[in-house]
Amino acid sequence: MNAERASRPETAYVRYVFTWALLLALLILTIAIAKLSLLASYSVIGSLFIATVKAGLVLMYFMHLGHEGRIVKGMLLLAVAALFFIIALTFSDVWFR
Amino acid sequence: MERNSDTESIVHAGAESGIDYTGKKIGMWLFLFTELLFFGGMFLLYSVYRAQYPAEFHAGAQEENLLLGSINTTVLLTSSFTIALAIAAIRRGSRTLSMYMQLMTILFGICFLIIKYFEWSAKISNGIYPDSQLLLDMGKGDILFFSLYFVMTGIHGIHVLIGVVAISIMLVYTWRGAVSKNSFIRLENTGLYWHFVDIVWIYLFPLFYLVT
Amino acid sequence: MAGLEPYKAAQQGLSFLHESGKYKGILGWLMSTDHKRIGLMYLGALLSFFSVGVTLGVLIRLSLIAPGSILNAQQYNEVFTVHGIIQIFLFIIPGIPVAFGNFFLPIMIGARDVAFPRLNRLTLWLYLAGAAIVLLSLFIKGEPPDTGWTFYAPYSIQTKANVSLAVLGVFVLGFSSIFTGLNFVTTIHRMRAPGMGWFRLPLFVWTLYATGWVQILATPVLAITLVFIVLGRVFGVGFFDPSRGGDPILYEHLFWAYSHPAVYIMVLPAMGIISEVMPTFARHKIFGYKAIVYSALGIATVGYFVWGHHMFTSGMSDTARIIFSFITFLVAVPSGVKVFNWVATLYKGSIQVDSPLLFALSFIFLFSIGGLTGLIIGSLAPNLHVHGTYFIVAHFHYVMFGGVGFAIFAGLHYWFPKMFGRMFSERIAKTGWAFLFVGFNVLYFSMFILGYQGMPRRYFEPPPQYHGWSVVSTIGSWLLAAGIIIIFSNLIRSLFKGPKAPSNPWGGRTLEWSISSPPPAENFAEIPVIGEGFYGKK
Repeated sequence: MNAERASRPETAYVRYVFTWALLLALLILTIAIAKLSLLASYSVIGSLFIATVKAGLVLMYFMHLGHEGRIVKGMLLLAVAALFFIIALTFSDVWFR
Repeated sequence: MERNSDTESIVHAGAESGIDYTGKKIGMWLFLFTELLFFGGMFLLYSVYRAQYPAEFHAGAQEENLLLGSINTTVLLTSSFTIALAIAAIRRGSRTLSMYMQLMTILFGICFLIIKYFEWSAKISNGIYPDSQLLLDMGKGDILFFSLYFVMTGIHGIHVLIGVVAISIMLVYTWRGAVSKNSFIRLENTGLYWHFVDIVWIYLFPLFYLVT
Repeated sequence: MAGLEPYKAAQQGLSFLHESGKYKGILGWLMSTDHKRIGLMYLGALLSFFSVGVTLGVLIRLSLIAPGSILNAQQYNEVFTVHGIIQIFLFIIPGIPVAFGNFFLPIMIGARDVAFPRLNRLTLWLYLAGAAIVLLSLFIKGEPPDTGWTFYAPYSIQTKANVSLAVLGVFVLGFSSIFTGLNFVTTIHRMRAPGMGWFRLPLFVWTLYATGWVQILATPVLAITLVFIVLGRVFGVGFFDPSRGGDPILYEHLFWAYSHPAVYIMVLPAMGIISEVMPTFARHKIFGYKAIVYSALGIATVGYFVWGHHMFTSGMSDTARIIFSFITFLVAVPSGVKVFNWVATLYKGSIQVDSPLLFALSFIFLFSIGGLTGLIIGSLAPNLHVHGTYFIVAHFHYVMFGGVGFAIFAGLHYWFPKMFGRMFSERIAKTGWAFLFVGFNVLYFSMFILGYQGMPRRYFEPPPQYHGWSVVSTIGSWLLAAGIIIIFSNLIRSLFKGPKAPSNPWGGRTLEWSISSPPPAENFAEIPVIGEGFYGKK
């Protein structure tokens, strides 16, 4: 798996540089959106969406999730789903009181 | 060579013949899931209370120091970059580069904590801290916002500190050759932990500094 | 056993009970990373704490029929709190996974140890440390926690008792549980012997897998909740304090979001034991292997989302109450599937009513009663009447003690010859079982009646109209205690004086019966290769 990638040295390091640059660009974007109050009432969703894109970049390229097997990806999905449903079910109480 | 043992019925994980690289990685991912649920409980509280007090959370975020928060975010993102480089380097046998990158990551981590310290000190010297009279005199939404701020960034900060210690240990191991081109799983797992800590901050930043 | 011939490893090698390795004596045990030694140390600790918990239970029952003569009101609150903390956090949650799981998981999948043996040893140390901290909280300043094992806010934040210390102990115990689950899930993924595909796994292993996931994904929620309690007590952080904007119902959500899945951590491995014992003593393969696998996974998944049924009277929204009640009914379905399959396994079998089977059959009976009453409690309207009464107390003792407890006794008797190389007295085991079974039902069925009549739980001095059935219940507790004493005496005596056990006294078909009793330190002389039809043979 990772053996092939390591044998092409330039690509390996360069990939990390691009990912880092993209992360910083997204950071600037998210601050801009907030400061300029663009998107107004959607800004919470917007900033969380951008945060998720950033998290996805870290997962895929720094944590190599893309190279992991189905097992690890499936497990991550399970964990995220568990958290999501715990929060959702709690809201079924809090929001409807 | 490790195989995906779950698509084939014949498996032998190499327990007889040395370390199981994939197994150790899976173990680390499982640990990160526990951390996800641990922080998740705090995010649950944040989301419930924000839904109840949107105006106060908005006001609280405006009072945060956006410059320091942005610098901290940049610092952590860059530290993820350096630790990823450190692992790539050791896998290609570049021991010195790996050690420099690990050192950079440690310094970024310490920088993050120092900035955090200034942010906290500013608040505390203004009389804003859990159970302070000033805080208790504020509205309920404000009390919740600042309590969540201290608890979530505090527990996150503890995790950053643990990460800094862990990477320091890895640095020593790399120097001594215990972490090397042929035996790097411990560094890689430490990197995974560090990236997770970065991801938590990626969410904390908008929630405390940018909600508008 | 024809099926095991190909897997019979050579029976050489000293048993794991003999000394080997760097450390000698007690240190040789405490520093050991051998899963079998770790399992036995856990077992010894568990059964010791269980005995203390039972003693406290007997004390509670004595106090209830003569309030004030042994305990005053404050002490009564402390006793039922500590009874719950010990039985739940020190005995039944670690329970089967740390004792039988540690001992038998690697052997059953044909491995020499778990994926992370040193992490395994750490879980034992964390367990002992956590237990020590909890016990410390009972004695410092003489103020044990008095909040109930559930530590509800706001009282847990305000009370002068040693809640912070107790909660810290539980926090440490939680990490023991998390790392055990993490270890088992990785072990099952990575260390199965050649040929042991997922659908050739013993059912006990499947339940350990499902349980491991619940330990990983649910326990951290408890961990952060306990942190919130300490933050509230020490720093005045008021997440659950309405005067500071907080919501006490959120505490309940967070607490039960762990503590309900926790009961599946308790019961899934118990069901796994029953799935091993039934086919062995019916001399007949398990009915519906895949159905049992899927129902175990189903219980783990659906059971993750029913926690609100502990909170129907808390002030939750009606929407939430309907949703949680509905999901609660759903989770009963896979449990029912298992019960049908176990009973069907007996059909046309050649049944041998040895003590392990007696305990297993008791499990099916008692767990069914507990489960069916759970449906009553899970319905919104009846819940209003029985919440906070002895009906609840009876329900959970039927499932946790009648269910998980009896499964532990089943496993104990089933695997005793394998772990220690000695046989116990069947006659005494059955006598102990009889006292335990009769005592159990007298003790707890009375509570269904009392609860239905409205007797509140956690009251120091119940209203006088409940006195009659209370006395009956207390007498049941004495019979039950006698049964436990008989059972433990039998096993302890047999440890030293029992006749030597063969490798396969019961005719079991899983890998542990193919090696000597007790097992050699390395488990297998050669890692077995699993062939066609290994587990599912008639």
